[in-house]
Amino acid sequence: MAKNKTEKNWMPRWFYQLASPRWCYDITGKLLPAFSVLALLLLLGGTVWALLFAPADYQQGNSFRIIYIHVPSAILAQSCYMMMALAGAIGLIWKMKVADMVAKACAPLGASLALLALATGAIWGKPTWGSWWVWDARLTSMLILLFLYLGVMALHSAIENDSTAAQSTAVLALVGLVNIPIIKYSVEWWNTLHQPATFKLTEKPAMPAEMWLPLLVMLVGFYCFFAVSLMLRLRHEILRRERRSSWVQALVESR
Amino acid sequence: MKFESMADFIGMGGHGLYVWLAYGIALAILLLNVVQPLRQTRQLLNQQARRVRREKGLS
Repeated sequence: MAKNKTEKNWMPRWFYQLASPRWCYDITGKLLPAFSVLALLLLLGGTVWALLFAPADYQQGNSFRIIYIHVPSAILAQSCYMMMALAGAIGLIWKMKVADMVAKACAPLGASLALLALATGAIWGKPTWGSWWVWDARLTSMLILLFLYLGVMALHSAIENDSTAAQSTAVLALVGLVNIPIIKYSVEWWNTLHQPATFKLTEKPAMPAEMWLPLLVMLVGFYCFFAVSLMLRLRHEILRRERRSSWVQALVESR
Repeated sequence: MKFESMADFIGMGGHGLYVWLAYGIALAILLLNVVQPLRQTRQLLNQQARRVRREKGLS
């Protein structure tokens, strides 16, 4: 009998634990310091490397150094969107509260990263293409990504009920997922000013190692930073939603 | 080091404005993404603490 019961649990135990807001609050509290230190070191080291030691581009000169924040923020903005849609789907299918909270936490973070990618792109575009903005496929699809994030945030603030808001935003996020491959292949499908991807899984980067190594450091640093900010936002959302529960009450009184 | 002097570094070969503007915006957005959730959490906890005190005072 006992064996039969364990066989029925085809989902691993941590998956159920993740569903507990309190367990999630505790585990993120333990993970935060490590990720914070890692993010700080990688971003500081990467910035010094990018600004002082990486060579200037032979055509673009020093404006090339903008790549070290433009590419990581653009990649993160898309990763964050996929995570938001995935968490939203998990919330829809398994009615998992924590997944809803993760999806909600992703929206403002992703919006700010998309904004950063667009802003640095515009600043880079001015000296390189001679224009702050062109209605190019890559730029336009990235702008749509920003609007999708803003749409999710607007829905969250418009709908009072937390679970209804989670359902509607999850549907919006899933529909908007179609934009992600459009962003990725926009530089191949349409004639564009935008240069193709720096990092590809199957090929070596076209730029020399002394240029792409600091970029890799910045990218990993941005991922660590993303983890830190997402956990901070998630913890706030957990506390807000669970504010009536006894463990949050105990936490408040123990301060 | 790719720069001869401090002025050279600030100037970025004529692209100083663009490079520093981009890095400045990045710093602002990253900081905001850490400060904002921390402030929200502190506000929430303070608000809950006030509520607990109020309810204790009533009973």
